Amino acid sequence: MTVLDHRHLAAVPGWLPGATGHRSDPAPLLPDASPLRVLGTSALEKTDPELLRELYRRLVVGRRYNQQATTLTKQGRLAVYPASTGQEACQVAAAMALREQDWLFPSYRDTLAVVARGVDPLEALTLLRGSAHTGYDPRASRTAPLCTPLATQAPHAVGLAHAARLAGDPVVALTMLGDGGTSEGDFHEALNFAAVLNAPVVFLVQNNGYAISVPLTQQSAAPSLAHKAVGYGIPGRLVDGNDAPAVHAVLTEAVERARNGGGPTLVEALTYRVEAHTNADDATRYRDEDEVAAWREHDPIQLMERHLRPLGLIDDELVQQAADEAEALAARMRAEFHADAELDPMSLFAHVYAEPTPQLREQAAQLAAELAAEAEVHDR
Amino acid sequence: MTTAPALDAAPSVRTTTMAQALNAALRDAMKADPTVHVMGEDVGQLGGVFRITDGLTAEFGPDRCLDTPLAEAGILGTAVGMAMYGLRPVVEMQFDAFAYPALEQLFSHVAKMRNRTAGKLPLPITIRIPYGGGIGGVEHHSDASEAYYTHTPGLHVVTPATVADAYGLLRASIASDDPVVFLEPKRLYWGKDTWDSAAGVEPIGRAALRRTGRSAVLISYGPSLPVCLEAAEAAKAEGWDLAVLDLRSLVPFDEETVCEVVRSVGRAVVVHEASGFGGAGAEIAARITEKCFHHLAAPVLRVTGFDIPYPPPMLEHHHLPGVDRILDAVARLQWED
Ligand SMILES: Cc1ncc(C[n+]2csc(CCOP(=O)(O)OP(=O)(O)O)c2C)c(N)n1
Repeated sequence: MTVLDHRHLAAVPGWLPGATGHRSDPAPLLPDASPLRVLGTSALEKTDPELLRELYRRLVVGRRYNQQATTLTKQGRLAVYPASTGQEACQVAAAMALREQDWLFPSYRDTLAVVARGVDPLEALTLLRGSAHTGYDPRASRTAPLCTPLATQAPHAVGLAHAARLAGDPVVALTMLGDGGTSEGDFHEALNFAAVLNAPVVFLVQNNGYAISVPLTQQSAAPSLAHKAVGYGIPGRLVDGNDAPAVHAVLTEAVERARNGGGPTLVEALTYRVEAHTNADDATRYRDEDEVAAWREHDPIQLMERHLRPLGLIDDELVQQAADEAEALAARMRAEFHADAELDPMSLFAHVYAEPTPQLREQAAQLAAELAAEAEVHDR
Repeated sequence: MTTAPALDAAPSVRTTTMAQALNAALRDAMKADPTVHVMGEDVGQLGGVFRITDGLTAEFGPDRCLDTPLAEAGILGTAVGMAMYGLRPVVEMQFDAFAYPALEQLFSHVAKMRNRTAGKLPLPITIRIPYGGGIGGVEHHSDASEAYYTHTPGLHVVTPATVADAYGLLRASIASDDPVVFLEPKRLYWGKDTWDSAAGVEPIGRAALRRTGRSAVLISYGPSLPVCLEAAEAAKAEGWDLAVLDLRSLVPFDEETVCEVVRSVGRAVVVHEASGFGGAGAEIAARITEKCFHHLAAPVLRVTGFDIPYPPPMLEHHHLPGVDRILDAVARLQWED
């Protein structure tokens, strides 16, 4: 039996280095050892002051949105809410790195990013309220539905970006997921497809330390989640996910590289969810208060204030303006969700197929009859 | 139900295999509509392991007929995004059992996107899956997996049994604004027949009566249809006059035609090679019982494969329903009224 060793293989043309179509030097793809920061560094001076103020304002409003939505779950007004409290910088800064024609592919925790795309804050909540799956028009806002099955939206982002590139449109797709989601096959298949197709996609992993209760150490043995890019031949980037201008800078760079034909990027943002996984979760069962307290010190809003106040970029006026806007939104949420949702049961049959099958017509007639009978009882 | 696209003017009566008719359907669809993109494993240079996509890359280029990385969830998930951006992807899954990695994308997204977005993001994706046994394939190459798909609201499930339908139904599926799981009976790939591409396009969702008869009706689809026709022929020797109904589409299910035939004949046997328990035959038998009870002279019987993982090829003929098993069932329908 002949044993093929590597020297043998080297004699086969396809195996010669450089003849394989593979990248020869993966080094430039490796993420930096420490996460990129802007706040507290000289990079801050090069950042547009108006952008910084806008980021701050949206963080404050987003924080209030998270709080109000969580409260609404306690009142039974929302079915569930996975708060992104502590992660607002990722949500807001990432979405702001997109242009109007770009697409966002969010997961269930990314309501704030959806709102940052311009979707009405109340419409963005129908899934979590339980009144409709997707309350907004994905095509109008170029925002895919909030996705619950982990990482499954990532290949959609690749496909859309690929199609846009084939059409010659300068469209970029950004997909967001959590650290746990990086263990799913769809995440890896999406990275590989994106790399092979050179699709204009950006993957943003919000590493908030836990997948429900499971800590990162039990999720992945990689040096960082950004390292996962390297095996697919695309750049990995590591950023402080609580540093809003840093997230914005990294995402903007990745989005524009994608737009200019440079292909996909995987960005890992280091962050923390200071609340439980959802309102239904008990986080004290798997992490201690010290850890949470330490992260509260590294809060995205406080970081902004700490670094921008001394520079005069955040003043009392801006603080007040942001607080007012946040309260107005919270009041709107309370008012809207205090009333029961108006629902049409017959809409259940409206969008299963372009045209209902004969069986669905029959079932729709059955429900209509049931509703009519109910109404009759009601009227009596 | 979707109406078929208008075909090219030039009428062409041809004698081809089902594989060639499928190839012609893809080619004609790609010619007629630049948004039709074919994608899958080995569909490019090789033309697919069954050659259904033969020559498409040469004619339309590697973007329109794309050799993808080897990852079924990735293929179908990417197709979802492409469809969201206005393309009409036609995805090839290499074999029935290798579509399973993509089931998450199929069930959670392809089937539901129209519904999840209140009609804003319909997904016109055709998923071609060679399915079924009888070709001597080793394990994982012979599954009849239609029940998984028919149980998933939001999907159309179509399966041709004739060369003409292979062409016509594939064109209709590609033209459909809803996702279609297009099941290709791989043991019929190489059967030849004459067909007319100008006349052969059928809207999906209609059954076809392949043979009339007064004693009983055999209701079937895809790979089992020729077996039923053979059984009907053999039944003549017993003095039985069997009708054979080809469903062609499992979803939508042509209840009207099925009930019409059953009411006129009074006895029905449903035949398919997939496992019986929880299979499509159970659904069809239940529906007939619910809708045609007073017209039935006997219970609806099912002839199906056993409830076993698909057997090794040297044993598969024991599993697949054959003429004798069908005739046994017909005999059990109690002939004396
Ligand atoms: C495919 C799939 N498996 C399991 C779940 C249930 N689930 C919901 S969230 C979650 C943890 C996800 O963690 P991560 O990806 O880190 O995101 P995070 O919640 O931290 O934002 C799990 C297991 C799911 N939604 N989808």
